[in-house]
Amino acid sequence: MIKLKQILKNRLLIFLGLLAFYGIIQILLSTNILNDYYEINIVLMGINVILAVSLNLINGFTGQFSLGHAGFMSIGAYTSAIITYKLGLPFPLAILIGGISAGITGILIGIPSLRLKGDYLAITTLGFGEIIRVIFLNTEYVGGASGLSGIPKYTNWTWVFWIAVITVVLIKNFINSSYGRCCVAIREDETAAESMGINTTYYKTLAFTIGAFFAGIGGALYAHNFYIIQPETFNFMKSFDILTMVVLGGLGSITGSILSAIFLTFVYAVLQDYAALRMVIYSLLLIVVMLFRPEGLMGTKEFSLKKLFKKGEKSSEFTVN
Amino acid sequence: MKTFIEQLINGLSLGSIYALIALGYTMVYGIMKLINFAHGDIYMVGAFTGFFASTYFHLGFIPSLLLAMLVSLLLGVTIERVAYRPLRDKSKISILITAIGVSLLLENGGIIILSPQVRTYPQIFKQHMYSFFNGIITISNQQIVIFVVSIIMMVGLQLIIYKTKMGKAMRAVSTDADAARLMGVNVDRTVSFTFAIGSALAAVAGVLVGIYYNSIDPLMGIMPGLKAFIAAVLGGIGIIPGAMVGGLLMGVIEALVSGYGSSLYRDGVSFAILIIILLIKPAGLFGKNVREKV
Repeated sequence: MIKLKQILKNRLLIFLGLLAFYGIIQILLSTNILNDYYEINIVLMGINVILAVSLNLINGFTGQFSLGHAGFMSIGAYTSAIITYKLGLPFPLAILIGGISAGITGILIGIPSLRLKGDYLAITTLGFGEIIRVIFLNTEYVGGASGLSGIPKYTNWTWVFWIAVITVVLIKNFINSSYGRCCVAIREDETAAESMGINTTYYKTLAFTIGAFFAGIGGALYAHNFYIIQPETFNFMKSFDILTMVVLGGLGSITGSILSAIFLTFVYAVLQDYAALRMVIYSLLLIVVMLFRPEGLMGTKEFSLKKLFKKGEKSSEFTVN
Repeated sequence: MKTFIEQLINGLSLGSIYALIALGYTMVYGIMKLINFAHGDIYMVGAFTGFFASTYFHLGFIPSLLLAMLVSLLLGVTIERVAYRPLRDKSKISILITAIGVSLLLENGGIIILSPQVRTYPQIFKQHMYSFFNGIITISNQQIVIFVVSIIMMVGLQLIIYKTKMGKAMRAVSTDADAARLMGVNVDRTVSFTFAIGSALAAVAGVLVGIYYNSIDPLMGIMPGLKAFIAAVLGGIGIIPGAMVGGLLMGVIEALVSGYGSSLYRDGVSFAILIIILLIKPAGLFGKNVREKV
């Protein structure tokens, strides 16, 4: 019982910490100490956290190398934009339906393509992402190549922060559940996992669908932050962007993804006018990380304050390794 | 009928170029089971080398082609040596991520160094159309050059692979690298050699594309690279005749889609072909199914 109390106390502390962090940023934003430029980039950080953590579930924890995240993101973006802009329905509904439609697409793409492995899966998901882009490109209803503009700006710090928190909590709980354990087992050795009676196709598709769902939500937030969405925004370079975040943070570390998403969005903001230079830095990061620290900065470890304070003492929580 | 034949010839010229790029993919995949994402960008570097050689140094077609092959060859070998070799024993995913990194580096480095502007390729061959059978078949001299050069390259490649010692080593390494090493094959050198040949072929494709379409830019390698990869998968990855046939097929399909449908759907159709072939016959048209062993 004492243990349970301890855990609840910890949870409460974390929640209060998040609330305080949210409050401080909110005050800074509403008093205009952080102006619109900062707000856009802070919101973008939150969106990238959602995208990176959800891609990490697929690539890092389940070990299924997907390059189609931008495709799912675009489904969420377009669906939600149609709901608010064309149909005039409320924003929360748009986020939810954006996520669900991306999730359904995830199931449809996942079932056939997850039969493939490694680089074949990578190139197939990349292909699906591009097909989604070509479909939007040729759909006049959503503006074709010139895209959909005039989307109302609903995304703000409050929405992004709490959705990012929910995303992280849900994905963390998923990974620490028996479902998540199955996913990690598949990553470690698919054949062994299968011989232990794990229905690998089911769990791979499940992880893929959850990842796609949150990518869709990220896309919905993205669409309502920038007024305009174009098919070109969601080409496979976008997937590579998200991949860089996941790889840099560590394939299999949620906190790693969060930190590197924030860091790389910062780099993105600083180098906004030098897109090519930014991509050179990204590509060097990918190469150098792979050559010298293939597990990424955090590896599969999680950053936790508890461990920081109680060094040497083993944490009672079961962590993914 | 006339448009059909026209598109067929266009498709075959484009397809020969895809085939040249696809050969590099397929050889590298055959020998080290890696999708060399940077291959399309090596092709871009080849095209630019040819461009500089003929524009600024006023070299003729053959010298600029050879120079482009040499530069790309060195680049390919360097990439293999620096980025891929240290990771050969690590997981396939980390080497794939490195390949993506190298590709992004070449593309964006290219934008910084060469500027993103589109360059006009010099007209090495003045365009001239030849007609046969009362104009049913028309073919330009550029297309003839593409066919002739591609055929020479493919025949040359076959000779290297089947008639030389290095070719034998390549075949041995692609069958079983460990066994080849035990038999005294220098695996590192064989892999380098494979990258060299593949990159040189990509450079040829780059120069030919420059001549054919007259324009090049630093991002020109992305789509042809992906499509050539699809061509390699279509023919059966790791199988050299498969890459040739796959490349030609891709070119023809693409030309027909552009000619009869919408060119906006062209890229989508290529990826659809990839997905269909991977789902129905992942080993490709020429491939045999290999069972997974534990």
